[in-house]
Amino acid sequence: MSDVLAVTEHRRGELRDVSLEMVSAGRDLADEMGGDLHLAVISGDVDAYADQVNREGVDAIHTVEYGEEFNHDVYAQAVEQLADDLDAEYVLMPNSVNGLDYAPAVAEGLSLPLVTDVVDFSADGELEVTREQYGGKVETTIEVSEDRAAITTRPAEWPQAEGQGDAEVSAFDADIDESQIQSTVTGFEEVAGGDVDISEAEFLVSIGRGIEEEENLPLIEALVEATDATLSSSRPIVDNGWLPANRQVGQSGKVVTPDVYIAIGISGAVQHVAGMKGADTIVAINTDPNAPIYDLADYGIEDDLFDVVPALIEEFGGEVPDV
Amino acid sequence: MSMKILVTVTEVAEVEDEFEVAGDDIAEQYLEYDLNEWDDYAIEEAVQISEENDDVEVVTATIGPERSEETIRMALAKGADRAVRVWDDAIESADYLDTDSKADLLAAVVEEEDPDLVLSGVQSADEANGATGVTLAEKIGFQWAAVVNDLDLDIEGGVASVHRELEGGVEELTDVESPAVLTIQSGINEPRYASLRGIRQAQQKPLDVKTIDDVGLDESVVDSPLAQTSMYEPESEGDATIWSGGPEEEAEQLAEFLRDKGVVDA
Ligand SMILES: Cc1cc2nc3c(=O)[nH]c(=O)nc-3n(C[C@H](O)[C@H](O)[C@H](O)COP(=O)(O)OP(=O)(O)OC[C@H]3O[C@@H](n4cnc5c(N)ncnc54)[C@H](O)[C@@H]3O)c2cc1C
Ligand SMILES: Nc1ncnc2c1ncn2[C@@H]1O[C@H](COP(=O)(O)O)[C@@H](O)[C@H]1O
Repeated sequence: MSDVLAVTEHRRGELRDVSLEMVSAGRDLADEMGGDLHLAVISGDVDAYADQVNREGVDAIHTVEYGEEFNHDVYAQAVEQLADDLDAEYVLMPNSVNGLDYAPAVAEGLSLPLVTDVVDFSADGELEVTREQYGGKVETTIEVSEDRAAITTRPAEWPQAEGQGDAEVSAFDADIDESQIQSTVTGFEEVAGGDVDISEAEFLVSIGRGIEEEENLPLIEALVEATDATLSSSRPIVDNGWLPANRQVGQSGKVVTPDVYIAIGISGAVQHVAGMKGADTIVAINTDPNAPIYDLADYGIEDDLFDVVPALIEEFGGEVPDV
Repeated sequence: MSMKILVTVTEVAEVEDEFEVAGDDIAEQYLEYDLNEWDDYAIEEAVQISEENDDVEVVTATIGPERSEETIRMALAKGADRAVRVWDDAIESADYLDTDSKADLLAAVVEEEDPDLVLSGVQSADEANGATGVTLAEKIGFQWAAVVNDLDLDIEGGVASVHRELEGGVEELTDVESPAVLTIQSGINEPRYASLRGIRQAQQKPLDVKTIDDVGLDESVVDSPLAQTSMYEPESEGDATIWSGGPEEEAEQLAEFLRDKGVVDA
């Protein structure tokens, strides 16, 4: 038996979708390795969350009541104690921002090998996991030669588990050492507000690092004007201060669902894709035929944006700026 | 009050548009090396702290081959004072240098340097483990915060007030007791370009090269229960229709599509 302990996640009173993905991923791993799937629900309204994650495929749910919001020291202690108590071989955590903040500590605390951002499991005696490298251009398989490991899984890679489950929910009496809690959450802040809401737009022209310099932005703005589109971007454009934060599409920016999304000079990194994969039609303009954006594009132009965009502006009777 | 900041700095490989996998990695001729984007932000943050306060030393730590000295010199040119690079044959021939091994080596450097603050990047652009900083924190008994996009350091009080950038445009405000490891998110500042003067000065700054033995560990530190068994180009999941025929024709096809779809009436 190789049991799996999968950890769920919530924020500001709401279960996060990734928790239901953890059920699917956890079931997947438990089936590969032939074991039970245990879930951990830590902090906040644990009974309500436990109820929501009680889906088909879950064998047991363990709640740890302590505090309201996520704190990495609480999570690390609770998960480590639970894993020990259950003798779980595999600890599965989401590769979310909070996962980045506690999963490595759990691995270290339990002396488990750690593999992060995993997209697939397979087992042939030993566990093998698949993960990406070089910005998603290649995949690698990693063999885990111990029969225990800490693993984080990529968000949105597994479906959200469905079907009412009948797992028993029990309270786990974790012994949280308060002196080990050396960070305090003092609040939350919403950023990226303002007058434009790209998540409402039906037609987005989105620009990425392929634009190279701020001086070249007017080219894209001219296209936006000629087509009456809304302008959005990938993260580096916002990081550079060329566009305000409310234009950023992706994991840490906005989720958009337009009819048409044109990604210009955007590679299609996983955190970007998290924000735009729900677009009805995706068009990529990217010189690199191996760019991951082509994995989800419906249409593509494998050509230089500095040639294609001016031609496009002219198609719509716009003025091509001198850049 | 004097202070020392250690910044972990890694060079990352970028892959050219066309490439081939040879054995278990991309063939060397298709790789280009550069300073990891996230570490660039971490260096800038450390250098800014050193400029705003008296008596702050910024030391970089890298596990990397000789080639990575180009990257390290870049960090020195941007204002770091000194660099440590750990490498030797055992590391070079390690089958799989996992996060645990790297963090062990970095922890040994921390032990020697005894910094008050450690800054690392959220992730390395090529491997994207997103795990080295927090693993290191746990090994050296420092507090930590991951994915920091705002930092306000109270040096006297020993507290770092940070924003952690969560998903969906929400930031978590957290106070972290120092000494701490912070993993720095892109966008936290505006990394400077190295000036010509900086580049010249960087040549004179100390860059110590150390072996596993020098940092007080033995070769078993590079052993790992993990092994990479293959690398391959994933089969494209996409079935994109590619418009071709040169920029004009391509633009025409896209324009026609947009009009048909009814999103543009121009
Ligand atoms: C915790 C975390 C959260 C993140 N959140 C987000 C997020 O919300 N949103 C986001 O976008 N990213 C996010 N990222 C960053 C993400 O990992 C990538 O770094 C980023 O998306 C890359 O942006 P890009 O595609 O514009 O740049 P690159 O990856 O550098 O791609 C540029 C592309 O332009 C192409 N190109 C270059 N020149 C031309 C030309 N002349 N014509 C046509 N094409 C050209 C290249 O082939 C390349 O594919 C996050 C990262 C982390 C770690
Ligand atoms: N070989 C290395 N040498 C020094 N620092 C590293 C190395 N690898 C990773 N790091 C640091 O750890 C961060 C996260 O890397 P990773 O966990 O590999 O995604 C990087 O931004 C670096 O600051």
